[in-house]
Amino acid sequence: MLGDLLVTAGVVVLLFVVWQLWIGDAIIGAQFKDEASNLTDEWANSAPAAPAPSVTPTPGTTGPATAEPPVLDQPGDGEVFGVLRVPRLGADWQFKLAGGVSASVTLDPIGLGHYPDTSMPGQVGNFAIAGHRGSHGAPFADLPSLRVGDAVVVETEGGWYTYRFRNLEYVRPDGVEVLLPFPQAPQIEATDRVITMTTCSPRYGFSERAIAYGVFESFTPRTDAGPPVSLTSGAA
Amino acid sequence: MYGALWRVLPGPWWVRLLIVLVLAAAVLYGLFFYVFPWVSDIVYPQEVTVE
Repeated sequence: MLGDLLVTAGVVVLLFVVWQLWIGDAIIGAQFKDEASNLTDEWANSAPAAPAPSVTPTPGTTGPATAEPPVLDQPGDGEVFGVLRVPRLGADWQFKLAGGVSASVTLDPIGLGHYPDTSMPGQVGNFAIAGHRGSHGAPFADLPSLRVGDAVVVETEGGWYTYRFRNLEYVRPDGVEVLLPFPQAPQIEATDRVITMTTCSPRYGFSERAIAYGVFESFTPRTDAGPPVSLTSGAA
Repeated sequence: MYGALWRVLPGPWWVRLLIVLVLAAAVLYGLFFYVFPWVSDIVYPQEVTVE
C-alpha cells in the first residue's frame, strides 16, 4: 500500500518534469497560436473601420504598397492590440500582444506584453515588449536563434508593421536602459524606430535577460493586396 | 492499492483493462491541464522583464 503510493508519487513528479520541459508549452503555445490566428482572421474578414491611409506605391519594389505608419494609442493593461509574427520561429508562429508586462494580467494568460509608455509600433523611439521563454506557451523560447535581417512583424487591425532583426545582447535583470528610446544611450535623442524584445536567460533561469533588437522597415496597410512580402516570402 | 482496484472492477480482464486505461487517461488529463500548470507557477516563477 505505502509502496504503491510512493511509486505513484515518483511517477507523478517525473511526469511533471516531462510536462514542464516538453508538453506544457506545446499545449499552451498551440492554444495561444490558435487564439492569435482567430484574431487575425477576424481582422481580415471585417471591413476596415477607418478610411484606409493614403497609399503610396513604392517604386522598384514588389508586393503590397507601403505607407506612413499610423500610431496606435497606448493600450490598457491586458488590452490586446496586435499579433506578433516571426517567420523564422515558424510559419504558424504568432502570439497576441497586449498592454502591460505583468505576469498575472498579460504575460501568463495572453502571451506577449508591451512595456507601458514605450513607443507603439511604427512610432519613432523604442517599441519594447516582453515574453516568456520557458513557460506559459514560451513564445520567446527560440528568440536568440534569430538571424540578422529576419522579419519581425506586428499585425494590427490596420495593417502590418515590419521590423528587421538586427542584434542580440544579454543584460542583468535591472538593465532597464534597453527600454530607452535609443536603447542603452540615455544621452542620444531617438530618431530611429526600433523594437526591443526581452525574455529570460538562461532559458529556464532568470539570472540574466536576453534582449533582441530590430529596426523598423515599413508599414503595409491592410488592403486587398494582402500581407507584406516580409511575411509571405518566409524566412530569408 | 492497485491490486485491490483490479479486484473491485467488474467484468472479464479486457473490460477491467479498458476501465483502467480510461481512468488513467482521465487522471493524466487532470494533471496536464489543471494540476501541473498550477504547480508550475508556484515552484517555477519566471521573470522575463527588465525592471
